[in-house]
Amino acid sequence: MQQLAMERSGSPDSKRYSRTAALLSVLAMGLGQLYNRQYMKGLLMLAFYGFGIYTAVTRLPHALWGIVTLGETETKLRKVGKLYKQVMGDHSIFLLIEGLITVFIMIVFVWLYVIAVKDAYHTGKLREEGGTPNTFRQTLSFVASYRFPHIVLTIPMIGVFFFTVMPIVFMILVAFTNFTRENMPPAHLIDWHGFETFRDIFRIKAWSHTFYSVTLWTFVWAVLATLTGYFGGFAVALLVQQKGIRFKSFWRTLFILPFAIPMFVSTLILRNIFNGQFGPVNQYLSLLGFDKMPWLTDPMWAKFTLVLANFWLTFPVSMLMIIGILTTIPKDMYEAADIDGASAFQKIALITFPSVMHAMAPLVIMQFVGNINNFNIVYLLTNGKPVNGDFQFAGDTDILITWLFKLSMEQGQYNFASVIGIFIFIVLSVFAIWNVRRTKAFKEEDA
Amino acid sequence: MMTRKAKTTLWLSFSYVLLAIIGVFCVYPALWVTMSSLRVGDALYSDTIIPSALTLEHYTNLFDKYLFAGWYVNTLKISVASMIIGTVLTLLTGYAFSMFRFAGRKNLMSLLLVLGLFPGFMSMIAIYILLNQMNLLNTHLAIIIVYAAGAPLFFLFSKSYFDTIPKSLVEAARIDGAGHLTIFFRIIMPLSTPLIVFTSLMTFTGAFTDFIFAKLVLRTPEKKTLAVGLFDMITDPFSTEFTTFAAGCVLVAVPITVLFILMQRFLVDGLTAGAEKG
Repeated sequence: MQQLAMERSGSPDSKRYSRTAALLSVLAMGLGQLYNRQYMKGLLMLAFYGFGIYTAVTRLPHALWGIVTLGETETKLRKVGKLYKQVMGDHSIFLLIEGLITVFIMIVFVWLYVIAVKDAYHTGKLREEGGTPNTFRQTLSFVASYRFPHIVLTIPMIGVFFFTVMPIVFMILVAFTNFTRENMPPAHLIDWHGFETFRDIFRIKAWSHTFYSVTLWTFVWAVLATLTGYFGGFAVALLVQQKGIRFKSFWRTLFILPFAIPMFVSTLILRNIFNGQFGPVNQYLSLLGFDKMPWLTDPMWAKFTLVLANFWLTFPVSMLMIIGILTTIPKDMYEAADIDGASAFQKIALITFPSVMHAMAPLVIMQFVGNINNFNIVYLLTNGKPVNGDFQFAGDTDILITWLFKLSMEQGQYNFASVIGIFIFIVLSVFAIWNVRRTKAFKEEDA
Repeated sequence: MMTRKAKTTLWLSFSYVLLAIIGVFCVYPALWVTMSSLRVGDALYSDTIIPSALTLEHYTNLFDKYLFAGWYVNTLKISVASMIIGTVLTLLTGYAFSMFRFAGRKNLMSLLLVLGLFPGFMSMIAIYILLNQMNLLNTHLAIIIVYAAGAPLFFLFSKSYFDTIPKSLVEAARIDGAGHLTIFFRIIMPLSTPLIVFTSLMTFTGAFTDFIFAKLVLRTPEKKTLAVGLFDMITDPFSTEFTTFAAGCVLVAVPITVLFILMQRFLVDGLTAGAEKG
């Protein structure tokens, strides 16, 4: 709209509306709009500006003080008259969070400020070139039709912002403090600690040993879990979709069962099924004359059980997706292969496998990333056990994410947990960005 | 030398045997837990899979000794509410990214995808304090807000799906003077049933089965959800009532399992739509 107006512009010798409007807007948000005779818009902006400045003046100094010092007065017992009374000091963690929220709100405010200045400038320019600024009603309809995605995205983004971004920033900051159970507010004040915790993880033997071992197992686990689930699903899909197999949908429904049962329920059930003393698996083994297996109590067997249980839980999803892809492979390819005298194995290796791989590759990588992060199964099945005495608050089957959980929720080692969290986050982001950038969802973009 | 036909028959019989074995493994845990829930006594151990005497005592126990009915109502309330809000937000996010081009779009998408990978409870301490500040601890509203707010991070499925809807349809409607919301609700939504079902199912079961976050926020027994209740029942070291836990498992799993099996078709469509488009 504005462009159209510009094209039919006429008088270049008019006043410098744009500069005046922009300068006025820098002075106070909305003044430029008032100057451009967009009264309603200007007044609304001015009101918003007043509110923003009020917040900044009343909140910002305290917020910055809170973030920088993390509180100065400790909670103490103080003698009031004849009695000792507890006097509450500063709560470092509350100060940090509240400070963060205030700073974030201020950033949004400044960003809107910049937009308002730009808007005043452009509207001024429009007037210089002989156009008339939009009326309030026109502005509203412009926003409704050309800013639709922005409006639609606002609510989800606010949610994501407060419940994902802000907490993540908070956790990253915690990695640089000495926030542990021994040092818990409000009884104690927390201090900035710099890279001390990062150094400790590598410098202190107990920590570095645990860190390397757990990281190694996390990757081994993710590879095993992803491959078994994927190829298991692939094999079952091929088996079900064979020519000549009857009751295909019956088999499919049967095999979906592990996926359909809520995961936390089936994992808790599996935990009992593999119980070393009373579980049915060991009962059957002893009926058959075998020794009882330490399914969940021996480090190697516990790892094996974990992969097995995960296989059971995940092959149905792969099967479903691969069946979906199998139906899209053109039949004539197989017919041509038949004429050429290809064996069943050759058909699978040269036609089916490449087609499925092509479609599934991004998803397999995403599953791998998901498995690095697969908290639920480890926590519910083995809870990281058996406990390893050499490890710092971790067991043999703990992966990074469950170790992190134990460190923060059970042991109160918040700063160490945050460092681990940052590490996981970096690893995952690299995978995710690399993967997302090369998927079609990004490439199909029209120019 | 076997004839070709004999070979095929042999292979097919072998396949049926394999299918049957896999079937047994898939059904076994469900069958075992159902049988355990009907067994007399409360021990994990049993000599036979089919109990010699059947009882419904454990099911009645759930309602007498525990607040199972209350947990069920809580869980349904939380999951339905988060499902509705979460699905609408996810679909709108996917729609905005699929149909519109605007500054910063790609960066925003990458950012959301990366954030979606971030382990949820890493942020739990911060969310806990935030909820505390808003006076929302031990309320269901808090849980609903957090679940619904997290849902749009998984917008990629819906975006991929909307990408497959021909743009000409939308343009034709726009020429006819339809607004964005009209287009979304009258044209896009009716074409997206598999996606809507898939997204709703995922957000519903996500809320239905999450226990970590619910455990953190819900403090009093009458506010608990099924997942928290069951989890506490089995992980409490002093609890020996395995069979009651089994009965609880059956009552939790049956509706979700039936839902999944009924929705199978949509599930396959939803999954493959995402898979093919990546």
